[in-house]
Amino acid sequence: MSFLTLTHLQKSFGPTKVVHDFNMAIEKGEFISFLGPSGCGKTTVLRMIAGFETPTGGSIVINGRDQTELKPNQRNIGMVFQAYALFPNMNVFDNVAFGLKIAGKPKAEIAARVQEMLKLIHLEHLADRYPYQMSGGQQQRVALARALAPKPQVLLLDEPLSALDAKIRVSLREEIRQIQQQLGITTVFVTHDQEEALSISDRIVVMNAGRADQIGTPFEIYNRPATRFVASFVGTLSLIDATVVNASESTVKLGEQVVSLKKPLPKGEGEKITVAMRPECGSLAEGARGDIAINGKVASSHFLGSVIRTKLDVGGPVLSFDMFNDPGRAPPAVGETVTLKVAADDLMVLAD
Amino acid sequence: MKRFWAWGALIVGLLYFILPLIGMTNFSLKMRRGVYSFDAYAVVLGDPRFQQTFTYSVTLALLTIIVGVVLVVPTAYWVRLKLPWLRPYIEFITLLPLVIPAIVIVFGYIRLYNTSSWLPLTATSLGTDALLVFGYTTLALPYMYRAVDTGLRTIDVTTLTEAAQSMGAGWFTIIGKVILPNVLLAVLSGAFLTFAIVIGEFTMAALLNRPAFGPYMQLLGANRAYEPAALAVIAFVITWGCLGLIQLVSRFQKSAQRPV
Ligand SMILES: Nc1ncnc2c1ncn2[C@@H]1O[C@H](COP(=O)(O)OP(=O)(O)OP(=O)(O)O)[C@@H](O)[C@H]1O
Ligand SMILES: [Mg+2]
Repeated sequence: MSFLTLTHLQKSFGPTKVVHDFNMAIEKGEFISFLGPSGCGKTTVLRMIAGFETPTGGSIVINGRDQTELKPNQRNIGMVFQAYALFPNMNVFDNVAFGLKIAGKPKAEIAARVQEMLKLIHLEHLADRYPYQMSGGQQQRVALARALAPKPQVLLLDEPLSALDAKIRVSLREEIRQIQQQLGITTVFVTHDQEEALSISDRIVVMNAGRADQIGTPFEIYNRPATRFVASFVGTLSLIDATVVNASESTVKLGEQVVSLKKPLPKGEGEKITVAMRPECGSLAEGARGDIAINGKVASSHFLGSVIRTKLDVGGPVLSFDMFNDPGRAPPAVGETVTLKVAADDLMVLAD
Repeated sequence: MKRFWAWGALIVGLLYFILPLIGMTNFSLKMRRGVYSFDAYAVVLGDPRFQQTFTYSVTLALLTIIVGVVLVVPTAYWVRLKLPWLRPYIEFITLLPLVIPAIVIVFGYIRLYNTSSWLPLTATSLGTDALLVFGYTTLALPYMYRAVDTGLRTIDVTTLTEAAQSMGAGWFTIIGKVILPNVLLAVLSGAFLTFAIVIGEFTMAALLNRPAFGPYMQLLGANRAYEPAALAVIAFVITWGCLGLIQLVSRFQKSAQRPV
């Protein structure tokens, strides 16, 4: 029995349908990310879980209890906003104590819990500061402590790191993940940054135009994208159009050459398919692993230090791939004709 | 040349405002023949009717401020949060008291709430006082609403509300603990304006026949020579004190603003 269940969740604003039939079962203690482009409905789903938006249809169940009809202040859900939203008139201590005071906890218990929370975010020494006296990263950590203090059933974070600069973004996301695991709290994290989602989630929901295109572990999402949208949104991909030559032999025409993909093809002879490759999957090295050979001319080659980023013209379409720097081997020269080796398992065939 | 005219206009303006003030102050100090003295002030301040009417008006001003805050803060908050499309209309309504003369309002009140009406507020002095407070609230509405609405603009009303709600807060707590403290300085500046308006108000108090400070000033002005001048100076000091406090408060507000 899952802890947080969203069933056939829908939301329309007037005539526009923003969330279509969203289904998801989240286990207790899981860290779930909603990943998707701007406007795909991530915030809307999150706000329905929190109770700030009323679903047009469907239900939200937390721990066996239907929440759909409950008001936001009856749900006991912690929320962290992109804009921090600390109460400007209260210092750090009072901000964190807010939810506990409303729950009517005794003073001593509040003080102890606030201390515990501040320790968790390593800001015990700033208890007397006001929000305007703190950096964005500090404010967001206080916001996290404030949301966690009343021991919510679920923690929701809506792009909590977007307003911070790159370095703090990385350290804070790791801190959030570590705190989440320490407390074992069921968490939904909204982001449009794929690296963020891949690095800290147990599972990722890739959303596209109000639908959940794929739900899976970061490894699954990245390596076995279910749709063309997921494949192109998560990670970089070279997408090449190909024409099926012989379906039973799995041969396709890539530009001018005929290549066997060594896996079943979704379409028949003469039909168009899309072949997709992650940049890290190709290799030029002699005797490299890989049962598919693609010939091409080097169109560009950029030496980036540890990585060499190469574009290969395979007779029309261009493949982009990265390989590690090898001190014993010069990077490929522009114009050189080379053979790229790829493992059949690493090439994705997208039917769309 | 341009500068000359600018300075000229400024000086003419200043003279226009300051000369009568100087004249009045000068006159108010001349009660004792041949020397400057504060006799007129002593007479005014020693007059029990001054003390009574002034206390009465201060009390009413404080009540007006309370009614105004209780009425305006939740309204302006709710409009900003849930009914933003309603804002222009609300703004228009709050401006009406500037256009409709107080005498029209008070005649309306007397017609509606007279002793033979369904709610005879004017039948008792307490009822009339209440009516007067509501009238004053109306007069102060344009200033109070604008001050509070401006204060609300400086905070992220929606997100703060949602943050508080997610931690279990109800509307009462949200308005009392989160919204009001964050617009307190704006509320204070509205309150000082309200105070200044109520202390000097004449029409409503006179027509409702209540012992307020405004009618007392008028009465004194009609019967005495030096005392009214002293009283006017006192009234000026009070009004200007309020305006000065508004300045002070708004400067404090600016310096307390968080760097966003
Ligand atoms: N209150 C509203 N009224 C009308 N339309 C809305 C409202 N809130 C959101 N929408 C629309 O719903 C769609 C989804 O919005 P949502 O905020 O959920 O997107 P998002 O995935 O969170 O995007 P972002 O990454 O930009 O935050 C958008 O097209 C938006 O314009
Ligand atoms: Mg959003």
